[in-house]
Amino acid sequence: MALTVARFVLKHLAFLLLTLVVVSFLVFTLSEFSPGDVARKILGAYATQEQVEILTKQMGLDRPVLVRYVEFLGKIASGDLGNSTRFKVPVKDIIWTRLANTAFLAALAFACIVPLSMLLGIVAGMRESSALDRAILIFSTVVASVPEFALGVFLASVFVVALGWLPGTATLVAGGGWSVASQLVLPVAVIVLFDAGYVVSMIRASMIEVMQRPYIRTAVLKGMSFRRVVVRHALRNAMINPITVILLQINYLISGVVVVETVFAYPGFGRMMLEAALFKDIALVEVGALVAVGVAVMTQILGDLAYMLLDPRIRA
Amino acid sequence: MSIPATAEGVPVVPESVRGGDARAWARRLGRIRESKPALIGVGIIVFWVAAAALAPAIAPYPPNANDMAALAHPTPSAAHWLGTDHLGRDILSRVLWGARTVLTVAPLAVLGAAILGSLLGLTAGYYRGVIDLVIVRACDIVLSFPVIILYMIILAHFGSSALNIIGVLTLTKAPIIARIVRGLTIELREREYVAAAKMRGESPLYIMLVEILPNARGPLIVDMCLRTGYNVVIIGALGFLGIGLPPPDPDWGGMVKDTYGMMSVWPHMALFPCAAISSLVIGFNLLAVGLREIGLRD
Repeated sequence: MALTVARFVLKHLAFLLLTLVVVSFLVFTLSEFSPGDVARKILGAYATQEQVEILTKQMGLDRPVLVRYVEFLGKIASGDLGNSTRFKVPVKDIIWTRLANTAFLAALAFACIVPLSMLLGIVAGMRESSALDRAILIFSTVVASVPEFALGVFLASVFVVALGWLPGTATLVAGGGWSVASQLVLPVAVIVLFDAGYVVSMIRASMIEVMQRPYIRTAVLKGMSFRRVVVRHALRNAMINPITVILLQINYLISGVVVVETVFAYPGFGRMMLEAALFKDIALVEVGALVAVGVAVMTQILGDLAYMLLDPRIRA
Repeated sequence: MSIPATAEGVPVVPESVRGGDARAWARRLGRIRESKPALIGVGIIVFWVAAAALAPAIAPYPPNANDMAALAHPTPSAAHWLGTDHLGRDILSRVLWGARTVLTVAPLAVLGAAILGSLLGLTAGYYRGVIDLVIVRACDIVLSFPVIILYMIILAHFGSSALNIIGVLTLTKAPIIARIVRGLTIELREREYVAAAKMRGESPLYIMLVEILPNARGPLIVDMCLRTGYNVVIIGALGFLGIGLPPPDPDWGGMVKDTYGMMSVWPHMALFPCAAISSLVIGFNLLAVGLREIGLRD
């Protein structure tokens, strides 16, 4: 058992490494494809072509992409992440604080998504096609359809503009009479509504499938109460698939968080990446992309691992 | 099920094996009436398609025309039913014209992803072995990337145009379709009619496209429907982030980006485009839910 898990983790870590290498190479070649551009950006539009060429040579940017890529990998491995041209600080000084802010937002959202969607999904799925099931299905389809920025605008127009109960921005700095906690309500609500819709439909589908299995019929026929059948027999089996989905959800969470952070001016990783990309802050974009992929793949590995541990049949 | 005969009396392959011919599909489309979500979805989509097609005729103003007189009072009025935006442009006209862009770009990107994804999935599932491994791994790598970050990097680097957006959406959505098609191909390649085609000496390309692909289209159509909805969301999000379709032509996401800072004063400027994009995505997703219901009852 322990051996299987160890082999599994090793195999997946190898894949993570492969993914990181491919992604870093793509991002590197993409952003540094035309070496003259880097020097041109540093020197500005009024520098002569000659000056640009000299700087390009000085920075070693005229060497082949592959050589520079290996050098770049060496630097990353030794902990030198370079400097951000957009924020005028070393990349390592900004990236981890921003990532921590985003992780905080995502963790809050996640803590709401899981119980909420489990409750709705199970209640809907245990009696397929009942009025309650239809209502939950329609509700989850509708909220999962509204794009995050639109959801943000709708919620803000009600709670910020019309009612004045909540602040419209979440800068994580208390001010204007609003506490940090009140700032977090709307961003978290948007992420929860958007993502829960999808997770609810997954749990519902899984629950419906489990409820049709013979052992559930047996339990009902032997006179067990419906409540007990659901809690004792159906729940555990119905949760195996959704666990993976919920962990895969973190990938969507990252995408959604970029938009939500922009709507509410939240100082997170996603907004940092957007600013860096728009500003062509190459060092920050490169490291940020690696971090994003690393997080995404790690959660996928966790999802697969949870799946394996929950379902004894897969272990063999 | 009895095997229907053609005019010559030669039995044709039953639908259950061939995955349904045109008639079966027409019948299934007719059954959309049985599913309320699908019906509502179709209604919403038809509404927006009509709006997009008729925009030049029914839009009261040119989408980029500024009405300076309206700047002082941008709220909805008899002259401007949905009001005007921060530059005095008629919001109703811009929403109608915006439907045109989004309903061109999103389906084209889905079509691109479906073609590329089907080819990859067919090749991987049909040949197996090393080719399969390479394609599956490549797809996994693309799928492990938080796509929005990929879009930011690519679009910020190459600039944003309708063609670039279709390109990145095609590339990032194709792996999902490839996975579905590969799974179906692995199952379908063992069928007798594939063996028969091989025996006839048909080329692998013919077998994949003519024998296997048509039988995989059921799940594909539901997925393409969902995918179109997601693409509308992504196009909107890109517009909102400022890396979407370039201005000044109306794009729902971009309209929200330009005006949501003025929400506390003029909420209508951001609310109408938000309502437009939300309703369109709801339409696609309801249709997908309905199609799945109809499929399940078969």
